[in-house]
Order: sequence, then C-alpha cells, then structure tokens
Amino acid sequence: MTDPTNPARTRPGNEPLVDLRGITVEFPGVKALQDVDFRLFPGEVHALMGENGAGKSTLIKALTGVHALDTGEIHLAGEPVSFAGPAQAQAAGISTVYQEVNLCPNLSVAENILLGREPRRFGAINGWAMRARAAKLLSRMGLTIDPGSALGNHPIAVQQLVAIARAVAVDARVLILDEPTSSLDAGEVAELFRIIRVLRDEGVAILFVTHFLEQVFQISDRVTVLRNGKVVGEHDTPKLSRITLVSAMLGRELGVLAEVERRTERRAADPAPLLVAEGLGRSGAIEPFDLEIHAGEVVGLAGLLGSGRTELARLLAGADRADTGRVLLDGRPLRLRSPRTALAKGIAYSSEDRKAEGLVSDLTVRDNMILAMQAARGWARQVPRRTADELVASYLARLDIRPANPDAVVGTLSGGNQQKVLLARWLITRPRLLILDEPTRGIDVGAKAQIQQVVADLAADGMAVLFISAELEEVVRICDRIVVLRDRHKIAELSGADAGVDDVMELIASGSTRVEVRS
Amino acid sequence: MTVIAPPRVPSRFLPVIATFVVFVLTFGAGSVRYEGFASGQIVANLFIDNAFLIVLAVGMTFVILTGGIDLSVGAVVALSTMIAAAALRAGWPAWLTMLAVLATGSVLGLGMGLMIHKLRVQPFIATLAGMFLARGLCFVISVESVSIKDPAFRAIATESIPLGDVSITYSVVVALLVVAFAAYVLHLTRFGRTVYAVGGNESSATLMGLAAGRVKVGVYVISGFCSALAGLLFSFYMLSGYGLHAVGMELDVIAAVVVGGTLLSGGVGYVVGSVVGVLVLGTVQTIISFEGTLSSWWTKIVIGVLLLAFIALQRLIVHRQRDLQGLSRD
Amino acid sequence: MSNRRLLWPALALVALLLLNLVFTPSFFALRLQDGHLFGSLVDILRNGAPTLLIALGMTLVIATRGIDLSVGAVAAIAGAVACTHIADGGGPVTAMALALVLCAVLGLWNGFLVSVVGIQPIIATLVLMTAGRGIAMLLTEGQIVTIDDDVYRQVGAGFLVLPIAILISLAVLGGVALATRRTALGMLVESVGVNPEASRLAGVRARTIIWTVYVFVALCAGVAGLMISSNVSAADANNAGLWIELDAILAVVIGGTSLAGGRYSLTGTLLGAVIIQTLTTTVYTIGVPPEVTLVFKAVVVIIVCLLQAPRVAPALRRAPAPPKAEQEVEEVAVR
Repeated sequence: MTDPTNPARTRPGNEPLVDLRGITVEFPGVKALQDVDFRLFPGEVHALMGENGAGKSTLIKALTGVHALDTGEIHLAGEPVSFAGPAQAQAAGISTVYQEVNLCPNLSVAENILLGREPRRFGAINGWAMRARAAKLLSRMGLTIDPGSALGNHPIAVQQLVAIARAVAVDARVLILDEPTSSLDAGEVAELFRIIRVLRDEGVAILFVTHFLEQVFQISDRVTVLRNGKVVGEHDTPKLSRITLVSAMLGRELGVLAEVERRTERRAADPAPLLVAEGLGRSGAIEPFDLEIHAGEVVGLAGLLGSGRTELARLLAGADRADTGRVLLDGRPLRLRSPRTALAKGIAYSSEDRKAEGLVSDLTVRDNMILAMQAARGWARQVPRRTADELVASYLARLDIRPANPDAVVGTLSGGNQQKVLLARWLITRPRLLILDEPTRGIDVGAKAQIQQVVADLAADGMAVLFISAELEEVVRICDRIVVLRDRHKIAELSGADAGVDDVMELIASGSTRVEVRS
Repeated sequence: MTVIAPPRVPSRFLPVIATFVVFVLTFGAGSVRYEGFASGQIVANLFIDNAFLIVLAVGMTFVILTGGIDLSVGAVVALSTMIAAAALRAGWPAWLTMLAVLATGSVLGLGMGLMIHKLRVQPFIATLAGMFLARGLCFVISVESVSIKDPAFRAIATESIPLGDVSITYSVVVALLVVAFAAYVLHLTRFGRTVYAVGGNESSATLMGLAAGRVKVGVYVISGFCSALAGLLFSFYMLSGYGLHAVGMELDVIAAVVVGGTLLSGGVGYVVGSVVGVLVLGTVQTIISFEGTLSSWWTKIVIGVLLLAFIALQRLIVHRQRDLQGLSRD
Repeated sequence: MSNRRLLWPALALVALLLLNLVFTPSFFALRLQDGHLFGSLVDILRNGAPTLLIALGMTLVIATRGIDLSVGAVAAIAGAVACTHIADGGGPVTAMALALVLCAVLGLWNGFLVSVVGIQPIIATLVLMTAGRGIAMLLTEGQIVTIDDDVYRQVGAGFLVLPIAILISLAVLGGVALATRRTALGMLVESVGVNPEASRLAGVRARTIIWTVYVFVALCAGVAGLMISSNVSAADANNAGLWIELDAILAVVIGGTSLAGGRYSLTGTLLGAVIIQTLTTTVYTIGVPPEVTLVFKAVVVIIVCLLQAPRVAPALRRAPAPPKAEQEVEEVAVR
C-alpha cells in the first residue's frame, strides 16, 4: 500500500505540508511505530484510524516532538524539522487538540484562547482587547459565548471548541484533532464538523483521529489505517468501502489458535438465563440494551473501540451505575451499587486497563491474586495463609504463570503473566459470571492461546463468560453467541452459523446513512 | 448547540463574597455588643495589628493558587526578625539590614521552589525542611531574644500617619502597597495568569506553552520575599528579634487564605479575599479581647470552625461545577 | 527491595551513634540501678517513644495516600482530659480510658472528613490541628494542670527494668506489625494506597480502611499524649506534643515510606524515629545549643529528599516521567 505509484499517495500540483518518512519509534520491548510513512496536504481532512495500540497516538506524539524518533525524518513544508516538544511544534504551526480538554477550567474563555500571546498595554494584559479578539475568533467559529466567563462553566463540547479556537488562534497550518468527538453528542459533532470544514477551506491541513466510522465518511478526504504500528492502508475516502476499512483495522490473524475448536452446542444451554439486562443504559456511555447470559456459555461483545463494549461491561459489573433499566440475576432483580455488590453476587469484572484498573503493581503476585477474595472477607478476617498459598500455587500451575513465584512483585512480570494473575484474582472468587474486557490485548501469542483455552474450559465447567475483544477472529472462535455494538448501540446478536467473521464485520461496517458496497 | 448561560454571580466569587459577609457580620456583632467597637480606629487597628499577616497571606495566596503550600513562613518571619536585630546590633545601616533580610527570604524561597520543581519533592516536605532550617538558623544567630535599638527602625515602628480621625502606621501602607501590587501581578500579567493556569491544571498549562516551571519556582520566591517583608514589619511591631517569634503563624496564614476563599487545591482565589480573611481572624480576636471573660483559646476554636465551614462551602461549589459539566463518573 | 530502602537510614543511624561515641566514649554504657536500666541509649528510646508511637500510626495513614496533621493537638487533648479528670478526683485508669475514647472520636471525625466527605487529608486534618489546641485549652481552662498520681506517672516516667514508655511503644510496634500481618489490614492499606481504582473494582471497602487508619493514628496520638503529660505529671495544652506531627511525618519519610502512598515499612519508621531522637541527643552531646537541632533536621530532610528523588542526575535534566514510574523501572533493574 505504501507503493509511491499508488494514486492515493500523490496529489497533482500539490506538495505535502507534512511528510513523515520511515518513522520508527521503539519503547522497551515494543515497536510502537515501524517504518511508517505519512503525508498530510494543505486543505485536506485526513482521518487516522486504528484500534487500541495501533500506534495512532504514538504517531501524533512523534510528529509533535513528545517522542523521539528512532529512525526516519519529518519534513514540514519541504524543510526537515525536529521538535523538542509540543511548544516548539506549535511555534512551527502544528497545533494539537486532545481528547481530554487540555485547558484551564478556572481561567476565562478569552484567556484560554489567547494566554501566551495576549494583547498588552503598558506591559499589562489588556483584558478588554483580549476579550474582543477572543470574541472575534469565537464568532468566526459561530460560537456566541461570553469570552469573559470561566471555561469550566461551559459544557465539555464548548470547551472542546474553545480548545480548537486556541489552536487556530496561532495561525496553525496543521491542526491535529485527537479523538475530539468522543464526548460529544450528535448536534455538537455537527457543529465541530462545520468548523473543521471552514478551517479546511481556509487551507489548514487537518489530521483527524477518531474511531467512529460514520464520522470518517462524513468529514474526511483521505484515510490512513494503522495496525500494530504499521501503515496497512492509505485511501481516498470516497473510493473506500466500509468493509475494506473495517477489515483493514481489525486485520485477520489466522492460525494462532487452531487447537481451540469451535464449540457448537457443547451442552444443552440452561433454559433459565443466569443474568438478564432489561433496557439497561447510561447516558453518554451506552444506549439502553437487552441481554441474556446463560450459565455455561461464552457471550462475545464485538464492536470497534468506542462502540460501547467496555461501557456495557462496566454497567453489568457495577463499576458504573446505570441510569435506566434493570438487571435480574436468577430471575430476581439485582441492584448493582458497586463492584463490591456485583462480586458478592458472583459477577467478576476484569478491566481492559490492566495497569490503571487492574494490578496493584507494587504488591506481590500472591497479594494481587487474593485481593478480591480478601476484600470480600473484610480486613479483619485474613485469608488463612495456607489457603492462600494453596490457591496461589494451584493457579500459578493451572495458568502457567512465570515466574511461578508467589512473592514476585507483580509489576515486574510480563504483560501476559500479569493478565493471568488478574484472571486468577477473579477465578479465586468463584464467580458465576466472569466479564473479561480485552484479556488478550498486548500479550504474547502463547499466553493468548492459554487464556482462550482457560475461557473455554471455564464455560465447559458451567461458568458464564462475557468476552470482549477487539480481535474478531478471537471472538468468533471462542464465543457461542456474539453481541454486536456500534456507536454505543447494541445492533445485533448472532449465533451458530451466522456468527462468522464476515457477518460480524459487515454488521459493524453497516451504516444507516450510506449504501453498502461489498468489496 | 446548547450554551449554558453562566450564573449571574460567577461561583468563583462566592467564597470571597461569603468571607466578606462573615466579616461584616462579625464586625457588626462586635459593634452591637460593645460600645466604641464600631470606630474608625478599631478598623485601623485591625490593619495595624495584622499588617504582617496581610503580607504573609499575599505570599501564601500565590503559593496556594498554584496548588502548593508553604509551611516555612512563620519560621522565615522569625529568622527575618533575628537577622534584622543581629545586623542592627552589629552596626549595619537600616537600609542594608532590610536588603539583607529581603534577600535571605527570597533565596530561601528560591531554594524551596527549586527543590519542589526540579527534584519533585512535595511542597509539604520541602517547605517543612525550609521551616526547620529557618528556625534553626535563628538559634544559630542567638538563642536569646535580641532587642532592636536602631533609631531608624524605632522611628518607622512608632511613627503614625494621621488619616482624618484615625491614624495608621507605615506597616499598613507597606501591606496595602503589597496587596495592590500582588493584585496587579495576578490579574494583569502573564506571570499572574500562569499562576492561575498552573493551579487549574498544570499539565494543560505546560501544553499551552506557558512557563509553568518558572512560575512554580517563582511563587515560592514571592512567598519567601513576602515572609521576609512580613518579618521586617513584625520586627517593627515587636522591636526585637527572637527565634520563637511567630510560632505557628503559618497556620494562621493558611487559615486566613482558606477563609478568604482560596481553594487549597489551587486555581481559584483572590488576594483581596485573603486580606478579608485576615481581617475576619483579626475581628474575632478583637471581639474575644473585648469580651474579657472569653479566653483567648476560643480564637483557635472559632478559626477551626470557620475553616471547616469554608472548606465545606468550597466542596459544595466544586460539586456543583462538576454536576454542571456532567463530569462526575460515579 | 525493602532491605535496600532501609540501607541509607540504617547507615545514617550508625554514623550518628559512632559520632556520639567519639564525643562521649561512655555513650554505649548501660548500667542497672535499683532494677532500672539507665544509659544514653535508653534515654534516646524513652524520649523518642511518643514520636515513634505517632509515627507508627502515621505510617499507615501515609500508606493510604493520606496525612494527619492533627496528631499533636490530639495528643494535647488526651493529656488535658486525663489530667483534668484526675485533678477533679477521678481515678487514673478511667482518666486514661476517657482520654483514649475521646481520641478515637477525634479520629472518627478526621476519617469522616477524609473518607466520606472526600476532603483532601491535609486540609481535613488542618481543621482539628487548629481547633484542637483550643479545645485542649478549653479543657484545662488555659492553665497548666499539674497532678500527683503515682499510677498515672508510670505511663511516661515509670520503669519496668526499661522505661514503661519504651515498652508501650515497642508493644504497639509489635502489635501493629502483627496486626498488619495477621489480618489483611496491611495488604489492603497498601492496595488502596497503590491503586485506589483497582482496589475499588476488586471490591475493597476503601472507606472502612481509611477510616480505620485515622482512628488508629488518633489512638496512637492519644497514648503519646498521655506519655508526654505523665512524664511531667501535668497537662500543658499549649506545648504538649507541639510539632510532633512534623517529627512523626519526618520519621515516616526518613524510613522510606513515600508520601505518595503505597508500600510502607514499619521497621523504617522505627529507624526514622530513632534517628530523629539520636540527632537531638547528638546535638546536645557535641555541645551545640539544642534549638539548633532544627538545622540538622533540615539537612537530614534535604538529604533524604535528594536520595529519594528519582535520582539526582535525571531530575536535573527535567525528566518528564513521574518519579514513581521511574522508581519502578529502577527496582526492576535491580532485581
């Protein structure tokens, strides 16, 4: 795809404003970016797509000087450049607006836009002129808010637009928008897009990172897809079909796990569901959905990043509270007030964010494994040392955790072993429903296969498992039933012969506003 | 696009307004209860007796606005009185003495600021070290109290400036000038706005290209300078230098700043609020001394209660803002 | 790993002790007289007992990412309650029980502000730090209440071969060590301190844990307050336990427990408390005015900070990574 003769690589009569050539960025043990070429032309909106860990944010950070390059070079308007940090990049005309609003909520809107280049009179900040200039910038973007009001008094969407106003106030030639829409509703997104188009027509080069397919087709002129740190495709958006884009993002990794056979109807499913969700939802996270999970089955959640798969899981685990709907366990209503109540009822949730929400990194493997069991007993009744040792030893062996040392500090283990320690933590609580959010992300192939095998065994023993993964192959292979999510809606449920990779992919790619073109 | 109209009184002013109301109420209560309380001279005395506290509160406001804290101020006040007294005793001219005191305070502040910024030591620990160092240095100079006999110092200390029927001292003039200058710096210079930005969100301030590091060090230099200046005012007030002067004064100052409506988490607050905070504490003290039967320890309890009330108020405001943005996750 | 962390404090203590030996060759001498053990080392431990007690409680508080500034005031209140009760004709045992109950209530109050209301610990405990001494003075009506009660005097000044104050502190140290090993308190405290969100998802009741440690530190402060007032048979609301919170925090930090919470070391805290007290004694022995101890404390704090800083060299070139992560990497490398 990086063939220079590809028509998408060249735009006649136009030189690229930003040209990245052969970029490699390595972190200890990982090649975050591998020989990446990327071009951005003036007056275009260029979408950058990819799943978690594909290298999107690394690419942006490499461009803005946050990460040093291991190889490769960056050209800006034909000149080789090298930035020591975002401030230098900004001075050269590359402004970034992040997913989290990186402004100061306690300062006024005008200050947030202009601080650092504020108008002065006799050495003092000229507040009046600053507000006037800010008002002008805001009105150019169609915003009618009081520039003197504190930023924190405005909704996030407005703050996001103020951040863009700050970015363009420096006369940015390149505007990087890193998932700016993830917290906006439809109307707010439309407003943002209107402003993006205005800027594009003024000749600004816009790099737009998102995980919403709809938005890519709505706003972008070209798309670059990253997967595992490599460019897997660069396309003109109008010529691109959804299915091509989705398959490029998700990729197909075959042959990893031939030994876990597809388990069709391995046991007569328990007729009475273990857990039922009725109209469960949380505004801004996941639209109300219905779901049934039976003992002994593996239910998969498929969807792109941001489709609501994690949000759905968090509601079932009591990690977030639902605004609507209810949950029934064994047919009886269950109020999920906290993870603690969920655990007490036999619902265990392993978060996708191993480091921030899973491991207690300074503690030992033993402590991490028995944490949830101990928490359930309270601090006064310690898990007897012998019980703990036996449990830990048995799971060290069963999950093949290395080193098999209960006293090793968990932060020193490899990713796959850390994941297994977490899995052991939840299994020790003997859950009836185990929710695994991306348990195989960022771990080596061997560990991945082992975890998949464990999931299959658990279901065979009668446990219900909700399995979330960005890898469709994996979901399709080990799940009995697949729930497909898109844009925070549950859109379908597949099982049996209908639940193939292509079927799921098609559903994810299907859009309400576009006619599908099969490739 | 929905735009929520900001409330008519922005919530960031609420604590300052509340402080002012508390001041008016306490002062009003005093006036109703005691004859001769509501006189101009009582108000003037509030400023005269608390001039050094006002200066300290200004410095502390800078530090707390960035989200830091400075425990060393009381100790630096003591060190300043000690240096002043010792230098004057050694025959230094008054101007050189003052310069030396101010320089010492600023350098101490710089040291603490660098420790906090460059070595990433928590402000609490770094300024605790500063506190120990400054107090210890007092006793290195002299374990005894040293009285100040320099005529220039005595003149400045005792001279009063008539202002209609009331009179004030030079200390009050200095304190008010410091307040005015601090307000100017905080609101009308990039340094001042960066102080607020750092307190609002330090990583954002850095990403916005503001000199966050320089400001973080700078506020401790300012606080050190203010402490030294307050130490000079205190030495005018006490006319002696002593290592046990101003023990626990950092608590009074922090209390005054919090009661004055500055958020201890940083980013919100005004020097004027801190001044009113000092006046509230001063009024409480005056009332208790007027009462006669009420003993001085009630001052501490009242300050504690006021602290609690204002912390609760701040908590409410923060909650309200979070609700407004729908940010709360739980 | 923890052994390595204790290396510097241990070396510092040894150096201080050797320094003393140079100045006073009889420094290590112990003599038994009337069944009581005397000597400089015993004095150090006895004078350091209140600080050690409070520092033990503070260690757990700091491990949960908290801090308690009010312990000095709480200590003063404990002394005031006990002494006024005895002065009013009450028995010493009820007096002490009363004092400790009140301290537990004060601990509940701090814990309530921190864990339920969610106020930053440093601010929440500042309230009681300020008001507490006022309350203590209210109890003693601003007087120094002196009493004469043999039972009460035992707590701070009594001997059972060793001074009873030392025995109490060591018993509490042993008790805490045992309690944190034999119950899950230690592990849950660390897990809340290291990763509050992961702990919540694992069903840990952080609120109960945090509440418990604040009550515990208040009780420690109460016992320390009883020791201080018993030692002089008087309650001085103004000066009892003045600045002891700072010494206690210092002891914890010198002992290698990070103010950012997480892993703690009780042995380290013991070392820290002993170092602080030895420092004070050393200053006496080498003939410097005792007030100047503060300068040495400042030097110790600065050196400890330098050593604990994510290495001085990277700090000087403004490494952007947070210190915690760097430390982790370093520890990995050491293994």
